[in-house]
Amino acid sequence: MKLTLRVWRQKNADAEGAMSTYEVDGISPDMSFLEMLDTLNEELILKGEDPVAFDHDCREGICGACSLVIDGDAHGPERTTTCQLHMRSFRDGDTIDIEPWRASAFPVIKDLVVDRSAFDRIIQAGGYITAPTGSAPEAHATPVPKADADSAFEHAECIGCGACVAACPNGAAMLFTSAKINHLNVLPQGAPERESRVLNMVAQMDEEGFGGCTLTGECATACPKGIPLVSITSMNKEWLRATRKSARS
Amino acid sequence: MTASAEYTDYTTGEPVADTKAPKGPINERWDTRRFEARLVNPANRRKHTVIVVGTGLAGGSAGATLAEQGYHVVQFCYQDSPRRAHSIAAQGGINAAKNYRNDGDSVHRLFYDTVKGGDFRARESNVHRLAQISVEIIDQCVAQGVPFAREYGGLLDTRSFGGVQVSRTFYARGQTGQQLLLGAYQALSRQIAAGNVEMHPRTEMLDLIVVDGRARGIVARDLVTGKIDTYFADAVVLASGGYGNVFYLSTNAMNSNATAIWRAHRRGAYFANPCFTQIHPTCIPRTGDHQSKLTLMSESLRNDGRIWVPKAKGDNRPPNEIPEDERDYYLERIYPSFGNLVPRDIASRAAKNVCDEGRGVGPGGQGVYLDFADAIRRMGRKKVEEKYGNLFEMYERITAENPYEVPMRIYPAVHYTMGGLWVDYDLQTTVPGLFAVGEANFSDHGANRLGASALMQGLADGYFVLPATINDYLARNPHQDPVTTDHPAVREVLAETEDRLDLLLSVDGDRTPDSFHREVGELMWEFCGMARTDSGLRKALERIPQIREEFWRRIKVPGTGEEFNQSLEKANRVVDYLELAELMCLDALHRTESCGGHFREESQTSDGEAARRDDEFAYAAAWEFTGTGEAPTLHKEDLVFEYVHPTQRSYA
Repeated sequence: MKLTLRVWRQKNADAEGAMSTYEVDGISPDMSFLEMLDTLNEELILKGEDPVAFDHDCREGICGACSLVIDGDAHGPERTTTCQLHMRSFRDGDTIDIEPWRASAFPVIKDLVVDRSAFDRIIQAGGYITAPTGSAPEAHATPVPKADADSAFEHAECIGCGACVAACPNGAAMLFTSAKINHLNVLPQGAPERESRVLNMVAQMDEEGFGGCTLTGECATACPKGIPLVSITSMNKEWLRATRKSARS
Repeated sequence: MTASAEYTDYTTGEPVADTKAPKGPINERWDTRRFEARLVNPANRRKHTVIVVGTGLAGGSAGATLAEQGYHVVQFCYQDSPRRAHSIAAQGGINAAKNYRNDGDSVHRLFYDTVKGGDFRARESNVHRLAQISVEIIDQCVAQGVPFAREYGGLLDTRSFGGVQVSRTFYARGQTGQQLLLGAYQALSRQIAAGNVEMHPRTEMLDLIVVDGRARGIVARDLVTGKIDTYFADAVVLASGGYGNVFYLSTNAMNSNATAIWRAHRRGAYFANPCFTQIHPTCIPRTGDHQSKLTLMSESLRNDGRIWVPKAKGDNRPPNEIPEDERDYYLERIYPSFGNLVPRDIASRAAKNVCDEGRGVGPGGQGVYLDFADAIRRMGRKKVEEKYGNLFEMYERITAENPYEVPMRIYPAVHYTMGGLWVDYDLQTTVPGLFAVGEANFSDHGANRLGASALMQGLADGYFVLPATINDYLARNPHQDPVTTDHPAVREVLAETEDRLDLLLSVDGDRTPDSFHREVGELMWEFCGMARTDSGLRKALERIPQIREEFWRRIKVPGTGEEFNQSLEKANRVVDYLELAELMCLDALHRTESCGGHFREESQTSDGEAARRDDEFAYAAAWEFTGTGEAPTLHKEDLVFEYVHPTQRSYA
């Protein structure tokens, strides 16, 4: 396959960015999208040009590092991570636009690499269960109904890639935040911190400069792990409940 | 950088011994050690700084636990977030001797299975401790909210893994590593928020600082600004993972690398059993030269999938058209009692053998079938989907083939390294104050790791072992002189690091870092992969110094060191692969027996199984660095088996 790539190039956080055009040839449909970019980069290095910087690591769809907007879609045309997207999803002769996540809470570091540390700070605000090492009771002391365990797992699948934010017209982080809240709040182990968790994480989310939610649903459509949109509704209910409860006390 | 003598002419130095494991009955040793280890007064802990490099299962759990205990932790990861360490990609599960199934499991059986699975090349005391701690890990993770799979009654579900006949593997669908890692990451996040952990993401350790014979800090580079800095501490913990990426193609993450452990090795830490590499039997075969990494298909698939190849050579019919009696379910045939669940080294070698016979399937004949047709008939598609859905989806995504309809094609690939920095029972290396946890050390898996044991070991080390043993070191060294940047030892390490990066940037040759990585990786796969021979290893040992020489003549790294520069990161990692590869080959050459994942063609039984030679090789090989390209010094740690008596492993 022969392709034309239009890639966002930006030297560093302070520099102006712009789209640059490259041609790549000899691309196999069995290549992953990132292997196609590897091919481009090998050529650029030999030409003495700066290769395109992009985040990637496991290339198995689980670490959440890769983060490209491809032809306007977070992670591209298939519902998967960029690293699991293969060139068979494109046609010979295609022109492909490649951009970084675009959100004010995710500033660009270089080219296609953005700073997602805001996500870490949301987790730090309450996305955990306080269980210091050594203090745990026997695992079978508290049975968890299978439906609850499955629901917790479904939300815990979030890989923290940020596609939800990139896809959202408002740059909101509601799906990410709600996934963690729903994972922990449904479990009996998470109950003691149920209210403080949702209040603190939502407050941190707002502080990081993510946009508000208007329920467009783009986040859930882009999510490579299929975190459902209803997750946001559940979080809002948790938040209301916690707000009322704290108002009463 | 020229060798003064042939690299293969290594010298043998004083034996090395673990001096920390107490004597006495094996089931009391860990208790005894914890009691004998000195403690640090809680009020004094905050005066101690501990550096932790890496945030995977071992590093994340160690950082969180040390901080909970009151130590000041300074932690590093090269990823943009500690949540992305490669433990996250572990799929199948975590072993624990809970015996919830009442199927005859016990701490002793897990201990026995692990020593046997490792082909009798692991230290008994360590493995027994691991089995004891395994049950606490499950409790800890459940308390953190790890959503393990559960039965309808609300209790935890388990499944079977290779090399064992009990069901002791706890799992969270095919994403157990992810869920355990997020548990550790969340515990770590809590400590970051509390100000007890100073976290440095996108920062890579480039060297170890040793002052007056003790590990006192690291040199690290901020990958965003390029700034190289020094960080000081009272102890340093390496949790930087394994070195499978020496092979270029492996199931490791793209940026997983050996620099932290290799640089520590150069500074005095012995490197044990570097040739013990695990080749995982069930990975998706490569599709072409563009391949950048390989993807694992969880071993759990072998619970229900059946492995086969056509009986006839060169049978090119589509799998569904090959009748049952023309298929060879070779694992079930050769190993009737374990069948498809033989340990990984055995399954991998069997796959290689049938492919070498010309019976492999798929492009280039480098593959075997993993077939779920029987499982779908037996339990229905829905149940198969529930158990393995995400793995099937991933397989289809990569290969464009639907495994519900056609059998998967799989082939072995480099997955895990049992070797690593030599550590004593306290997980301390030969450099006082330097500890190694998780895959970075060599301690528990011998010559072959059993499935679902890596997660167990990483968390055992990080949550329970290190936090207990590091106290002893810090209590015995309470008032170390402060180290500053103007200390000559610090200035020297810093200058060496800067010089190395400057040199990489200044060569301006005509080959990319990846091209060298690929070259050394292919060499290693050919000569130090699934089967090794004297002549092959000698060929590799002749070739590696030549590649190294060429590297420093022809490497091309664009850009500067004062910016985000992924080519520079890569080139610097390749520098270390080019030295480590040499040590791996030498270790493989010197060990003329076969054991576990180390298969020397010269040493096999009449039916082609690995033939150990316990009279000569019942030791861990701990190598001391003497200079690049210089023959290293071998220190042997004799392995004493008091509880599990070495026998020829039999899974038939």
